[in-house]
Amino acid sequence: MKVLVPIKRVVDFNVKVRVKPDGTGVDTANVKMSMNPFDEIAVEEAVRLKEKGVATEVIAVSCGSTACQETLRTALAIGADRAWLVETDAELQPLAVAKLLRAIAVKEAPQLIIMGKQAIDDDANQTGQMLAALLDWPQATFASKVDIADGKAVVKREIDGGLETLSMSLPAVITTDLRLNEPRYATLPNIMKAKKKPLEVIKPDALGVDITPRLATLKVVEPPKRKGGGRVADAKELVAKLRNEAKVIP
Amino acid sequence: MILVIAEHDGAALKTATRNTVAAAQKIGGPIDVLVAGHNAALAAQAAAQVAGVAKVLHADAPQYAAPTAENLAALVVGLAAPYTHILLPATGFGKNVAPRIAALLDVAQISDIIAVESANTFVRPIYAGNAFATVQSKDAKMVITVRATGFDAAPASGGSGTIESIVAPADNGRVEVLGQELTVSDRPELASARIVVSGGRGLQNGANFKLLEALADKLHAAIGASRAAVDAGYVPNDYQVGQTGKIVAPDLYIAVGISGAIQHLAGMKDSKVIVAINKDADAPIFQIADYGLVGDLFEIIPQLTAELG
Repeated sequence: MKVLVPIKRVVDFNVKVRVKPDGTGVDTANVKMSMNPFDEIAVEEAVRLKEKGVATEVIAVSCGSTACQETLRTALAIGADRAWLVETDAELQPLAVAKLLRAIAVKEAPQLIIMGKQAIDDDANQTGQMLAALLDWPQATFASKVDIADGKAVVKREIDGGLETLSMSLPAVITTDLRLNEPRYATLPNIMKAKKKPLEVIKPDALGVDITPRLATLKVVEPPKRKGGGRVADAKELVAKLRNEAKVIP
Repeated sequence: MILVIAEHDGAALKTATRNTVAAAQKIGGPIDVLVAGHNAALAAQAAAQVAGVAKVLHADAPQYAAPTAENLAALVVGLAAPYTHILLPATGFGKNVAPRIAALLDVAQISDIIAVESANTFVRPIYAGNAFATVQSKDAKMVITVRATGFDAAPASGGSGTIESIVAPADNGRVEVLGQELTVSDRPELASARIVVSGGRGLQNGANFKLLEALADKLHAAIGASRAAVDAGYVPNDYQVGQTGKIVAPDLYIAVGISGAIQHLAGMKDSKVIVAINKDADAPIFQIADYGLVGDLFEIIPQLTAELG
């Protein structure tokens, strides 16, 4: 069984982003970039499926600029077998990415697609569900446990009130939540090996996909600043302030 | 015309549904609400009473008892023709199904809006709320998820919507809900509680959350947690407040033993009043707290609970 793992290159989660003074976006020049943390969990899960003998091949795919090759090499170092880059410098929005991924999925015919539930840059939380819809496959979002057996996926997923368990026929799309696994660190020998693994580059045109953005970003601003830093000495003063100053408790 | 997809438990609407109706009112135009459920007539009646609702579309079928994204999206797409906007709450429920609807309609989705600028222009947070983007849709139809904290809930009563029964498409059949493990609690719902008491790694273990429960009982508060506390297994996943957990904005948020990682702040920094209790005086949480108290939470929380009488 082939597993396809879409990944996104994003500003590293430790970086505090700055809004550009001209309001056109956030500053990504000279900022550390990494694989989206949820996608790292997806790669790890796919590699574990291969180690368990459930998956036969793990294929990573990313959409974006040439620099995404670096992110794909990270996936290969974790244990993916080969990679696709759908290369473009144009702005990509979730629907366009879902269409590009569908085209790759049609080429590769995987039985399972595992990807992050959300990218930590645009926080959209859309691409996996869109891809499942476009392929007309079942979906299991926000997965915290995945079992594959007998042509079915049984997925425990995080929902608002707790957990839900779904059983679905394959092929299917699964999106990862935080507690699915803890991704391994790529070892140096594996990082070296990853450099020699196959990575194919293709353009959106060659996949016949229209990637024109549907949303225009008119401006990006900093959120209102919160004035904090107030201190109280003890529990007694805190209760008095909450009652008499903030008036949030009776 | 706007279609709001209701989130409910069969008997009552989830509060976020009314926040979503409020966002629909800002967009303007007649508002219909879809209640898809099984034996959920009470929820349909509740939806009809929400101020501003014109019509409730009520679909009743066994597969909607715990609706899958596949079944719900198929239903909504079938109803979509007359509507310019389809709105869902940006909860786990809405996030799961909305993109599926958008993709089937071949339109962009606008996630997590916090303000309506015009019928096609919206404000949404990006980068864990560290930037606000104003985006404009070029599509004729828009699928939108609404962040509840951005809109005051439409009143639960005062409306006089009609209820129309609609026919459900056949069960997709490829997905089976084997079961749900729901956290049972007498406390208010975390996402809409007026007061939230949250614990972090500083609590050291799950048993120590009992301390917070005593405090929460006094305050009629919901209990939340940081990602660190959930990852460590102190409390279930549905307690998590943060960028990828629940987004809350209560009148009072009490952060106990939480250092204040960016992704946690993203989930609570719009709270009206923030209290931070932490032994580390340099913890980032203090920078956004209205009232910071440096000290040992194991001493302070019992004192605080006692002070509240």
